[in-house]
Amino acid sequence: MSDKVQFELVSPERLLSSELVDMVVVPGSEGYLGVLPDMSPLIATLQPGTIDIYKGTEIQRRIFVAGGFVEVSNSKCTVLAETAIDVAQLHRANIEQEIKDLNEDVADAKSDDERAKAEAALLLAKARLQAVTGELVV
Amino acid sequence: MPSLKDLKNRISSVQSTQKITSAMKVVAAAKLRRAQDAAEASRPYAERMAGIIESLARNVGAGTDASPLLSGTGKDDTHLLLVVTADRGLCGAFNASIVRETRRRVVALQQAGKTVKLLIVGRKGRDMLRREFSSLIVEAWTGIGKKGVHFSEADMVTEKILGMYAAGEFDVCSVVYNRFKSAMTQIVTVTQMVPTALPEVAEDAGAGEAKALYEFEPDEEQILRDLLPRNLAVQIFTALQESAAGEMGAQMTAMDNATRNAGEMIRKLTQQYNRSRQAAITKELIEIISGAEAL
Repeated sequence: MSDKVQFELVSPERLLSSELVDMVVVPGSEGYLGVLPDMSPLIATLQPGTIDIYKGTEIQRRIFVAGGFVEVSNSKCTVLAETAIDVAQLHRANIEQEIKDLNEDVADAKSDDERAKAEAALLLAKARLQAVTGELVV
Repeated sequence: MPSLKDLKNRISSVQSTQKITSAMKVVAAAKLRRAQDAAEASRPYAERMAGIIESLARNVGAGTDASPLLSGTGKDDTHLLLVVTADRGLCGAFNASIVRETRRRVVALQQAGKTVKLLIVGRKGRDMLRREFSSLIVEAWTGIGKKGVHFSEADMVTEKILGMYAAGEFDVCSVVYNRFKSAMTQIVTVTQMVPTALPEVAEDAGAGEAKALYEFEPDEEQILRDLLPRNLAVQIFTALQESAAGEMGAQMTAMDNATRNAGEMIRKLTQQYNRSRQAAITKELIEIISGAEAL
C-alpha cells in the first residue's frame, strides 16, 4: 500500500489543491484529527481552524478553514470547505482590527438576529486570529 | 419606390446594427467560455458532496427524521418556486421559456388548490412575472452573477429559503432554471430541492466491496443536519451557474442569427440600390438618345 495520503481541498468554486502528503491534521468538530495513510474510512464535520499539511515530519502548509466536511477513505482525504485561506496570507493586525469592529457591532446590535450574526462573525475572526498566533483567544 | 439616398441611408444603418450584433456575439462567446470554465471548476465540490450524502444515505437508512429538510413538513399545501432568469435581454427565448414554464406551473398548482409563492433571480423574470403574479412574489434579486456567479450569492438565496422554511412559510420548494446543454440548446429544468430526496441505495449493488463502511463524527444524523443546508446551497449555486452559461449561449446564438439576418438584408438592399441606380442611368440615356434622334 502507498505510504502517502492523497489530500484534496475543494471549495464550491474550484478545486484548491490536490497533492500527495505524509499526514494531514484537520480541525474536526470534536477535536483535531490526524489523517495518516490507510486510515479507516471516516466522515466528519469541521470547526473553524487550521489544516496542517505534513511532508515528512515538517508542517509544509497551513490552511485556515471556516468549517466544512472531511471524508477519509482509501488513503484519500477530501476536505469540503467554503472558505479556505492560506495562513500565510492572514495578517494579524487586520484581524485584530476586525475583532474590535465586531465587538462594537455586538454591543450596538439592535435585534437578536443582528447580534447573533455579529457574534458568529466574531467567533470566526477569533478562530482566524488563533490560526495566526497559535494562541487561544478568549 | 424609395429614392437612392433613402436606400443608401438604410444600408448604412443596417450595417452599423450588424457591427453591434457581431461584437455582442464575440463578447457573449468569451463570457460563455468563462462561465463554462467556472461551472467545470465547481463540479468537484458538487460531486464529492453527492458522494458523502450517498454514503450517509447508505448508513442512515430510510425513515430517518434527522432533519426537516429531509422529511418535509408532512404537507404539500404551499409551493415555493425559485425562478432563475437573466438580468438582460437580447438572448432569444431564454427568459421567455422560463417565464412560460413558471406560468404553467403556477396555474396548474393553483388549480390543484395549492398556494404558490415565488422567489425570482434576474430582472427579466421579475419584470415579466410581476404583471401577472405580483402578489405571489416574495423576493426578487437582480444583479446576481454580474461578475461571474459567486458562492456567496447562492448562499444568500439559500439563507432566505431556509429562513422561510424554518418559519413554516412553504412545504415544497422547486427551482426552475435553464440547464446548459450546448451553446445552441438550453433545457428548461424543474428540480425539487426541499424536501431533499436521498439517492436510492440499491440493495445488491455490491456495497460491501468497493465502498467501505464509514465512521462518523459526530453521528450520522448530526452530519446530515449540517450537510443538507450546504447541499441546498450547492444545488442553487449549480443552477445559477448553469443559467449564467445558458444565458451567454443563448445570447451568442441570438446575436449570430441577428448578424446573419443583417447580412441578408444588406445584400437585398444593395441589390435594390444597384437596380434603381441602373434604371436611372438607362432612363437618362434614353432621354439623351431620343433627343438626339429628334434633331
